[in-house]
Order: sequence, then structure tokens, then C-alpha cells
Amino acid sequence: MAAVSLDHGLVLAAILFAIGFAGLLTRRNLIVALACIEIMLNAAGLAFVVAGARWGQADGQVMFLFVLAMAAAEVAVGLAIAIRFRETLKSLDVDEADEMKG
Amino acid sequence: MTALFYIAAVVAVLATLMVVTRSNLVHALVYLVISLFAVAVVFYTLGAPFVAALEVIVYAGAIMMLFLFAVMLLNVSADAPLRVPLRAWLGPVILAAVLLAEVVYGLVLTNPRLSGTEIGPEAVSEALYGPYVLGVELASMLLLAALIGARHVAARDGDRDADGDEA
Repeated sequence: MAAVSLDHGLVLAAILFAIGFAGLLTRRNLIVALACIEIMLNAAGLAFVVAGARWGQADGQVMFLFVLAMAAAEVAVGLAIAIRFRETLKSLDVDEADEMKG
Repeated sequence: MTALFYIAAVVAVLATLMVVTRSNLVHALVYLVISLFAVAVVFYTLGAPFVAALEVIVYAGAIMMLFLFAVMLLNVSADAPLRVPLRAWLGPVILAAVLLAEVVYGLVLTNPRLSGTEIGPEAVSEALYGPYVLGVELASMLLLAALIGARHVAARDGDRDADGDEA
């Protein structure tokens, strides 16, 4: 889209990534932390698509599809960990998991 | 179409801000769905309709369904009041209404031909199953590994024997 300044698309990706990053650092709930990681991955995918539109190549969209598959795999494992976390520690607070035990 | 981009960008930023600030888990996840819809509109205005559709189907559909499913499994909101106050709907409804108005505007009032740099599903598919076919295979293996890993991690202790292996 020639009318949309692609700089602004990258700025939007940066803003979304920053919000997700701030949320990941701030929130202590495991599910919200996973959602913040999703926001950051989505922002990275947005940057890929903007770059693909800049050069008129399909590669950016292909990379977004790979980011999408990776996000799906990550969230499946992450939510399984959340279920174990809840059963073991009776909580979803990531600060509860400050001890490692084999 | 430029206006659509900026409106959707503002909606995405506002909805994402709500995701990271809400105390109610389900509210945060619903705001995340709105954020993903807004980013889908951004993809559409950037000339990537295939990715916009996938954003709605896979991200907002499948991945967010996984999130809500996990929230229900974990019974996170067991002690939360079930009745949703009318005030809680105000924010999501306004943001979703702005997005809906954009879609209607795009469908009815504007020329559906977006731009010369639009990259359609055909070009993406040719790249996906041409030079990137190895990546597609690797993505399928990654998803299979995630499926097996998620089942192993989430299995209850009764499903394993003394060595921790699956029974």
C-alpha cells in the first residue's frame, strides 16, 4: 500500500512489542506472561510483513507464517506448563517458582 | 485506506494496553483478541490479505481458544463473580465497533483494489512451496514436537510409572 507510510507500520510494530515487553516484565500471572509473549511475537510478524510490503516480495509473509507456527507451538507447551504449575504450586504466580528441583 | 491503517493502529495499541493492565484474566484475553483483529486490519491495509485472514483464523481463532481453554481447565475464575457488569463491556464494545465500522467502510465505500504492491495468496503460496518448502517441513515437525511435548508435560502423575515415563 503505497499510501501508508511503511515507517509508521514499523513504528506500530515497535509500540506493540514495547507494550508486550513491559507487560511481560510487569505482570506476574503466568497466563498473562504468555499472552504478552504472543503480543511480542505478533509485533515481530508485523515487522516482517511491513518489510515484505516494502520490497514487494512474498518472503515477509512467509516468515510471518513461520512465526505463526512457532507461536502456536510455544503457546501449546506454555499452557501445558501452566497446568502443571497450577497443580504443583497451587498458584499461577511466576514468583512462586523460584526454586529448581529435579 | 491510509485512515484505516491509522485507526486500526490506534485500536491495536489501546487494546494491547488493556491486555497488560487488566486484572481480570478473561478480560485481558478478550482484549487480546481485539488487538489481533486490529493487527489483521493493519495487514490488510498493507496489502497482505492472506496473512490478514490467517491472523484472524489461527491467532484469534485457534491460539486464543487454547488460552481460554487453559483458563477454563485451570478454573482461574472460580471465585470471581460470574455476573459481568454492564460497565465492563463498554471498552471492548467501543473498540470492536470501530473495527467493524472500518470493515464496512472498506467493503462498501472504497474501491476494493488496494494498491500495486499488494501480495496475494498466490505469490505467498508459490514462495511457501518453492524456496521455503524445507521451512514448511520443519514447521510441521515443530508442531508435532510441541503436541507431544505438551501432552507429556500436562499429563497427570497417575499417567506415569515410577521412572516418570508415560505408562
